[in-house]
Amino acid sequence: MSLSIGRRSAPPGTTPAASAVPAAQGNPGPATPAGLAAAPAGNGSTAAAPAGGARGSGIAPALSVSEVSKVYGAGRGAVLALDRVSLNVAPGEFVCLIGASGCGKSTLLNLVAGLDTPSSGRISVQGRVALMFQEPALFPWLTAGRNIDVALRARGVAKAARTARTRELLETVHLAGFGRKRPHELSGGMRQRVALARALAQDADVLLMDEPFGALDAMTRDLLHDELERICAERTLTVLFVTHNVREAARLGDRVLVMSSRPGRVIEEYPVPRTGPRRIDSVQVAELAGRMTDRLREEMRRHGS
Amino acid sequence: MAVSLQPAEIAGLDNLELRQDRSGGPGAAARRLWAAAWPKLLAIALVLAAWQLVHLTGWKHYVLKGPSTVLSNLWQQMQGAMLWQIIGVTLRSAIIGYALALLIGSVIGVLVARIPPLRAAVGSIITGLQTMPSIAWVPFAIIIFGQSSAAILFVVILGAAPSIANGLINGVDYTPPLLLRAGRTMGLRGIALYRYLVLPASLPAYVAGMKQGWAFAWRSLMAGELVVQIIGQFSIGQQLDVYQQNLDFAGATSIIIVILVIGIVVDTLFTKADLAIRRRRGLLDAAI
Repeated sequence: MSLSIGRRSAPPGTTPAASAVPAAQGNPGPATPAGLAAAPAGNGSTAAAPAGGARGSGIAPALSVSEVSKVYGAGRGAVLALDRVSLNVAPGEFVCLIGASGCGKSTLLNLVAGLDTPSSGRISVQGRVALMFQEPALFPWLTAGRNIDVALRARGVAKAARTARTRELLETVHLAGFGRKRPHELSGGMRQRVALARALAQDADVLLMDEPFGALDAMTRDLLHDELERICAERTLTVLFVTHNVREAARLGDRVLVMSSRPGRVIEEYPVPRTGPRRIDSVQVAELAGRMTDRLREEMRRHGS
Repeated sequence: MAVSLQPAEIAGLDNLELRQDRSGGPGAAARRLWAAAWPKLLAIALVLAAWQLVHLTGWKHYVLKGPSTVLSNLWQQMQGAMLWQIIGVTLRSAIIGYALALLIGSVIGVLVARIPPLRAAVGSIITGLQTMPSIAWVPFAIIIFGQSSAAILFVVILGAAPSIANGLINGVDYTPPLLLRAGRTMGLRGIALYRYLVLPASLPAYVAGMKQGWAFAWRSLMAGELVVQIIGQFSIGQQLDVYQQNLDFAGATSIIIVILVIGIVVDTLFTKADLAIRRRRGLLDAAI
């Protein structure tokens, strides 16, 4: 059974098992504007998606974007940020999205996260969505532990459970001793790990990441790649990861989608063969990154002439 | 996809990146206290010296007394019960007036920040009220409330509430959009969004508004007390008025010093609170 749940209409503080009780979500159903959250049950496996051929087409995708366009402004000044973008992400899959500036990667994540509404098209997500930004976006007045706690509180988790869960999540990101530190007392990498723990605290099934390691130094970034890979493997998270960095995409993704710029559109898809542990400096990663760079350069040239 | 776990590497990098704790040795607190105190002491000494010089020139010698006369007058007043009584009366009005201003200003601030039409209607009026000299409200207050403490409270509230409301509105307005996005994706909505995100985020601006509000409240209170005569409730302002009528320079100046000191002490408390908040949030340079 595949049920697409209107995540946006889920009230704050719903039960953790939100994906199990679709009927109780107060989902307005097909009446939702632009049909965003209202993908009818069973419609998850949008077969027509050109670049979204999730492996094992029998499984309903965890995240499905079909024919989504986004226009900013109106009339002559209108800008088409996304042009009929379609993609599917299978449950547990790690998909990277790369593109030059102006390809609407961040716009797409905002749409999927429900922070904005598409001008047309349909997005459906199974379960909860968490979003991580390039900046940690931690609340500076709270300690690391309380930052995680507030995400649990927003879901309505009881106090006793929150304390235990916060400790557990801090351990997951190797920050067990730092729960009482405030964000400004932590390094950039540590803050981003707290942000990751906070995203995990949202008990999301789909994790959206908007260049989460873009502002970190290369050494920290490499370590966090290992960390993210481990955490995703531990809990079968579905990830949509936006980055500017082709090597990062080749290092992390099960699949890499390349987007064109102005208007944003998925133009190429690269499956990444999974052969043992990968490193950012391994030959396969470099080779794939090279091919993707060529494709992106071609796209840049198109805008240069 | 077996990835080798490297917690030791991560812990190592974390330790390298964290700032070294460099608290001073013994006597560091005393040194800091002295470093903060000596400029203030020097400033006071300079003022007293200038005053003494003017006194020595004999300018307006029939009224203008030197620092020693005034300070001994102040000392004498401090021995008696009268000064403390009038300080008590005035501080009581200050606390009640400020508390009411805090309540009213906060409620108005939240409403204006939340309801756009209300902002369009009264947003600029609030700023306008801030520029209004509080003494100008005194006749209005006396006409409505008569020579009563209600008139004084009215002036104090009108002086302080706009600053407090404005501080809160600014705080809400400047809640970082990124934090709002983070909060929304966490599922914070409506009241929860305000409780866990918007209001805590506004706190520094709110405290700044409260600090400014106190300055206005204190000024308004003095203006009110100088003019409004309440029988049976002798206050600092009324005492100052009496000294003025008797051309008692030493007495009047003593009271002015008292007013100044109380204002500074309370303001220091607000500054301390403001610094504590900003330090907690990492908004201060570590060197300070």
